[in-house]
Amino acid sequence: MFEETLDLYNAEVRRHARHPAHAALPPGATAEARGDNPMCGDRITVAIRAEAGRVAQAGFQARGCDIMVASADLMCEAVPGQDAAAIRTLANEVEALARTGACPECDGALATMKPLSAIHDYPSRLRCVTLPWTALLAALEEPHHV
Amino acid sequence: MNAISKTVFDVERIRAQFPILGETIRGKPFVFLDSAASAQKPRAVIDAMVHAMETQYANVHRGLHWMSERTTDAYESTRDAIARLMNAPSREEIVFGKNATEMFNLVAHSYGRALMKPGQAVVISAMEHHANLVPWQMLRDSHGIELRVAPISDTGELDMAGLEALLQDGRVGLVAITHMSNVLGTVNPAARIAALAHAHGALALFDGSQAMVHRQVDVQAIDADFYIWTGHKLYGPSGIGIMYAKRAILEAMPPFLGGGDMIGSVSFERSSWAEVPHKFEAGTPMILEAIGLKAAIEWVEAIGMDAIAAHEAAITEHAIARLSAIPGLRLLGAAQERGSVFSFTLEGAHAHDVATLLDRQGIAVRAGNHCAEPLMRRLGVDSSARASAGIYTTLDEIDTLADTLDRVRTFFG
Repeated sequence: MFEETLDLYNAEVRRHARHPAHAALPPGATAEARGDNPMCGDRITVAIRAEAGRVAQAGFQARGCDIMVASADLMCEAVPGQDAAAIRTLANEVEALARTGACPECDGALATMKPLSAIHDYPSRLRCVTLPWTALLAALEEPHHV
Repeated sequence: MNAISKTVFDVERIRAQFPILGETIRGKPFVFLDSAASAQKPRAVIDAMVHAMETQYANVHRGLHWMSERTTDAYESTRDAIARLMNAPSREEIVFGKNATEMFNLVAHSYGRALMKPGQAVVISAMEHHANLVPWQMLRDSHGIELRVAPISDTGELDMAGLEALLQDGRVGLVAITHMSNVLGTVNPAARIAALAHAHGALALFDGSQAMVHRQVDVQAIDADFYIWTGHKLYGPSGIGIMYAKRAILEAMPPFLGGGDMIGSVSFERSSWAEVPHKFEAGTPMILEAIGLKAAIEWVEAIGMDAIAAHEAAITEHAIARLSAIPGLRLLGAAQERGSVFSFTLEGAHAHDVATLLDRQGIAVRAGNHCAEPLMRRLGVDSSARASAGIYTTLDEIDTLADTLDRVRTFFG
């Protein structure tokens, strides 16, 4: 049973959901922001530590579903080394990936998010993937983000 | 087919009247356990609405022609059907709006602003849907009305002593409480609540959106001052909400929305209002929805509310037995008096993940906070999944749910 859900709940997603590597706010964080999904009660705080205009480390604290936690954890793997402009572009690409499943130039940081590409077939769960990114973009709006 | 349901009525014969229940979801039978959000529609309702559009439709109350008169008759006869269903003293005490939420807003705006005085209080309970919470917060903020919240017990029952304590100072103008919780399934003692409210000089309003579906509601026996519900949960169409209110109260209340159909006469200087209930029904009403709702009421009455209640009691007993046997599953609420709504959490699995896995097996449940965020906090959960039964729910479907949940638990374990 549930073979048909393994496209989304694949081993990679489940590993990041159940054993996230970045589920703590980084010491010396330079910016943080919260994201809420009032429809389901999911909540996340994303924090970043910037060095020389680029994200050196990202982390999160979350209360939510497996998909949201996996997305947050994968995001925190994807963004180190990126500047704010690159992260904004990446966030748009992640949203497109989540909406369509398509990943025409799926390399670099975007490839990190690929385990969640099946979310396009679960439209009511889209926000679970994008919520951490929304919080990250909000953190980038803070004055000393990077 | 199962033995218990069969003794009440033939569920398969009921199911055959709901075309949508023959659908498959990704090749699997459609197990619809989300009736508390909105119920499916029987053929009688679908046909009544199609028939009206094909043979008998025009605007109501205003056309001096045959088609308008016939449509007006059909539309207005829904008021009679509702008055009979709720045992309202008269048809003029039945007001239509677009949904239950609009009716709460109507009372908050019209009764709350015009007839309550700053310094008075509204009492709700800790188990209210946002529809019976947010309009009172808005009234509090705009009109200086205090909002008090009656506590509930850990079993999800209204704390009657706690409610009474909130009424002691005599400043409460309105007690607004759900007749049946959309999360816990708890059925509150409406007549006792109304008596308590009246004894302390307050009016009593009930949210009957869930209760109307599950039992015979008698507004006179309850002595309700307001009783609000919605058509789409009673197997009728979406787009029509219903409010019963005592005539003297309706007559004292100013209109809510202004426009056509709610006026007596209009000049540029002033307007006068139509008689109740039309005073509260501005603009072209929900004509087709009312016609569909009447068909739903007649369909439900033909089966009988007692038979429906007995069927759902059998479903409830079975569901509680099966669900509570699943390790790690916590049922929210354990009220003595309850309806067929089962909210739960599953240890180690988030409600949304549970709902998605169930959905891929063709099982439709709701997940989230069920428009009752404060109640979720009171229960100490962030979100929960909710299965809810209707007239067409079978014991086999409950078994399918329970068996699948057991596998969901293993999947996330």
